[in-house]
Amino acid sequence: MTGNAQRELVITGFGGQGIILTGNILGKAATIHDGRHATMTQSYGPEARGGACSSQVIVSDGEIAFPYVESPQVLVCMSQEGFENNRSTLIPGGMLIWDADLVETHDLDPSWSLHEVPATRFAEELGNKMMANIVMLGFLSALTDLVDPESLKKAMLGSVPPQTKEKNEAAFARGREYGLAILKGKAERGAAAS
Amino acid sequence: MAGKAVLTGTHFMNGDEACCEGALAAGCRFFGGYPITPATEVAERMSKRLPQVGGVFIQMEDEIASMAAILGASWGGRKSMTSTSGPGFSLMMENIGLGLCTETPCVICNVQRAGPSTGLPTLVGQGDMMQARWGSHGPYEIIALCPASPQEMFDFTIRAFNLSEQFRLPVLIMADEVVGHMNERVVIPPADQIEVIDRAKPSVSPAEYLPYRPGPDGVAPMANFGDGYFMHVTGLTHDQRGYPTMTPAAQVEMTERIVGKIRNNLDRILDYETLLLDDAQVAVVAYGISARSARGAVLAAREAGLKAGLVKLNVAWPFPEQFIRELSHQVKCMIMPEINLGQMVLELERLAQGRCAVRLVAHPGGTIISPRRIVEAIGQALKERP
Repeated sequence: MTGNAQRELVITGFGGQGIILTGNILGKAATIHDGRHATMTQSYGPEARGGACSSQVIVSDGEIAFPYVESPQVLVCMSQEGFENNRSTLIPGGMLIWDADLVETHDLDPSWSLHEVPATRFAEELGNKMMANIVMLGFLSALTDLVDPESLKKAMLGSVPPQTKEKNEAAFARGREYGLAILKGKAERGAAAS
Repeated sequence: MAGKAVLTGTHFMNGDEACCEGALAAGCRFFGGYPITPATEVAERMSKRLPQVGGVFIQMEDEIASMAAILGASWGGRKSMTSTSGPGFSLMMENIGLGLCTETPCVICNVQRAGPSTGLPTLVGQGDMMQARWGSHGPYEIIALCPASPQEMFDFTIRAFNLSEQFRLPVLIMADEVVGHMNERVVIPPADQIEVIDRAKPSVSPAEYLPYRPGPDGVAPMANFGDGYFMHVTGLTHDQRGYPTMTPAAQVEMTERIVGKIRNNLDRILDYETLLLDDAQVAVVAYGISARSARGAVLAAREAGLKAGLVKLNVAWPFPEQFIRELSHQVKCMIMPEINLGQMVLELERLAQGRCAVRLVAHPGGTIISPRRIVEAIGQALKERP
């Protein structure tokens, strides 16, 4: 509620999927590499693994007053529970992204832009399902203007263990390519229709 | 492994981590603590960082011992701190009093969660504010800072150490779960641009030294154990030599000193910021994370044409009495949003003395206060007849 330049995103899933890390990487990209303001808050239960958790990110050109995200413009769901608990908060016209193999959607608002991403499957194909969050980041870099894609990649590479950099880079690229292909398909369909 | 005490640069870190880095930049070299959500990350980072800079980290058996350990470390000449949350803060109360009575510099960071008792360990609260002021027994004054962001966790932790060294007392950082766990940009300046204040040392010979003889600003210079000065440290009422002295006169002299050094130096301690206050008819007075809700609310209210202003209390104790008294002449209403069922709002009521209305926007804990609720309260206050 403080200015229009503010972009708000929520990522939900369960403990162990790297949900908080994903929010952290977005925040790092925005603040350290893009020189903008960002706030990342998290919610989680007492469990270390497996419990519901979410990461809330605000990116803005100006100072961020209220740090909670009440109605995100982008909602990323990496678990069924995350989808059920957060679906109603997404703004009309917002973007819903979900993991194709982990979430079954229902009651979708026709104004939303909808994106099903096989992030966990892609990550498994690349050798480690733990990288599903990085696939999602790559996808986000193609479909949203939250942060600069190069900044996001840099922030990601600076946040993962050094020995996993190459694999994570591949995961990021896979997600980004998938996103760019969707954009291209849309553009082609648009051209064909006109 | 060697490491730098001051991590100069731009970081994206959470408030607990920033608190740890602020402490190291201020010269803290001893941490005694017991892990507790949501303050654990302060201790966790300290356990890695202190050994890198020649400091000592001890995980104590509980919070009573933690508080005792940092008092002892301070008398040994180290700048020391602990971090905790509600249940641990309650356990620390007696030894915080010992620190106040023995005039021992140290810093306690309370990352508040919702209580009472075990409450909501992973969720926010601001319910320890009156405990911070009055939780230990007997007459005393305390200093409590209220950071509202990871950057302020860094900056205010440095200030907490400086104030504790200047005025020889335990200083409280009253943070909260959201500020502690929230990640934001934290800029750490070069070491030579950070003001670090160390306790005054005796300038007289051991034969002439009295450990509780106040200097010109009411604060006694403090020798370390092992420096060759004779010292007796007791929680009993004591004279300037530090010896137990069981008389009403000694009690008057000692308590006047520990209270006076704060009350007579308010200009060096108080810190608050204002926003859009000059023509405000309603002042939102807030601290910690609720000051961010308040800032959002004041900006939204102005957009709606409502004359609201903000007072952000960076130091909650001592309370800025004179400023709030003057403000109560100017505005129609003062609103305090806080994540408890009414604590610091009592200070506003006490100082307004009926000159203006005082309203509380409360939540008992578990979430922060939405700016919408404060905007509604501002609108309501402006509708009321004077």
